Amino acid sequence: MDLLQRDRLKRRALVSAVIVAEAVRCVECGICTYNCPQGIDVRDHVLSGLPVSDAGCLTCGECVARCPRGTLRFEVSPLFRDRVGPGRPVR
Amino acid sequence: MTRRYVIVGNGPAGVAAAEAIRRHDTAGEIRIVGGEDTGFYSRPGLAYLLTGAIPEESLFSRPASDHDLAGIHRTVGTVREIDPQRHRIVLFDGQAMSYDRLLLAVGARAVRPAVPGIDLDGVVTLDNLDDARRILRLARRAKRACVVGGGITAIELAEGLAANGVETHYLMRGDRYWGSVLDPYESALVEGRLAEEGIRIHRGVELAGVIGRKGRVAAVETRDGSTLACDILAVAIGTQPRLELAHLAGLQTGRGIWADATFQTTDRDIFAAGDAAEVLDPETGKRGIDSLWSAALDHGRAAGEQMCGVGRPYRRPAPFNVTRIGGVTTTLIGAVGTGARDVDLVTLGRGDSNAWREHADAFAVVSDGEANHLRLVLGPDRLVGAVVMGDQALSRPLQHLIRERVDIRWARDRLSRGPIEVRKALQALIERTVPLGAA
Repeated sequence: MDLLQRDRLKRRALVSAVIVAEAVRCVECGICTYNCPQGIDVRDHVLSGLPVSDAGCLTCGECVARCPRGTLRFEVSPLFRDRVGPGRPVR
Repeated sequence: MTRRYVIVGNGPAGVAAAEAIRRHDTAGEIRIVGGEDTGFYSRPGLAYLLTGAIPEESLFSRPASDHDLAGIHRTVGTVREIDPQRHRIVLFDGQAMSYDRLLLAVGARAVRPAVPGIDLDGVVTLDNLDDARRILRLARRAKRACVVGGGITAIELAEGLAANGVETHYLMRGDRYWGSVLDPYESALVEGRLAEEGIRIHRGVELAGVIGRKGRVAAVETRDGSTLACDILAVAIGTQPRLELAHLAGLQTGRGIWADATFQTTDRDIFAAGDAAEVLDPETGKRGIDSLWSAALDHGRAAGEQMCGVGRPYRRPAPFNVTRIGGVTTTLIGAVGTGARDVDLVTLGRGDSNAWREHADAFAVVSDGEANHLRLVLGPDRLVGAVVMGDQALSRPLQHLIRERVDIRWARDRLSRGPIEVRKALQALIERTVPLGAA
């Protein structure tokens, strides 16, 4: 993947993605919440089955990268799906 | 009449049961009795507490106030007596509680090898938060540690000790890591990562005894007669379900407390769930034990519903676990067993399932990337197991294909054509059979 393409994907994630969780992978260790620079209780979202829809979420990816069990991922928000193509996960 | 529910065990099965009961019975009286004076915490998270990735307070995922609000009462204590006739339990402090429905979610404890010196100060296991605190305390002044055992816990102990600056030696009885579940490539991948973290691996070494000085660990002795000086011996050779209370109540037990698909034991008002329960699968007629966080939550939820008289009989899904072993995120789904005997684990370890050992009538296809590795276990008409190491993009659709027993006959030829073709074939299979939400 060329650098421009990677940059495009990153920008797309920043503007249009939300962080969603696969609850079955979560063991409630709290690494996500501990590392969130915005102080969002990411684990609480996972436990309640909701995407991280907090207005303060920067989609910086810190929680996605640090989760030792691959629980979190970026997904294009339905709000933006029409603008960025069919709702494929942004990875 | 208000129904009285008593749950023994404050782990994931017990807490999930209490929460499920409250959802279905808003008036019932719910009591959880647990031996630890801390609230509910993430036991798998203890590994990250050991490596310093999180502070202790991060482990507490559900504030006690949530349970207060839900009217779930917690009592710290240990059960001394169960009287099934009078529907009553008595704690060691003399407190008695009557129940209409009782749940035993008492978990499992680490087994120690029967060798001389195993009770010396400095021999540690990793069952609970107190154990993790003790290990961190010992690691502050320890120079060298030895780890014996296998499975996920042995790695967690080794990595935790090494992260605290302790020179760590992992003594394996066998010739490779977790040989009953991982294939030789996967074992080598993990062992390579451990070596990079400075952990020294010794193969074909069996613990014969622990040598003490003033009541503390000073060295370990191996079967070949050599000794290795150390201050800590960490043991992870497997776990044993806690059966004492089941025996007190006169319940039938095997390796665990026998429970049927409604989690009922041989007493109709006593239920069992989580690591302590050996649950009957009506489909196969076999009993199984899972020592997994997600399985314990599933058990607890389902048992809680059954205690309220609702819910369907439990169907054991293909076991699923995700962990980080040797720094590599690894997902194990379904029957991935290699058929090899694991000499490092004498029983099931934590983060383990006996279903992984079931050697299906199947063969494995492997696709290796540099840090990413995929192993599929193909049965005659469906996928029966998968190991996904590194990039996890495929693990969710694979979980769907395995759990939903999707027919793969049309793609089987391509899937078995070798490492290069397997990823392409799998992608085609996923696009055609996995619904978008599960991909």
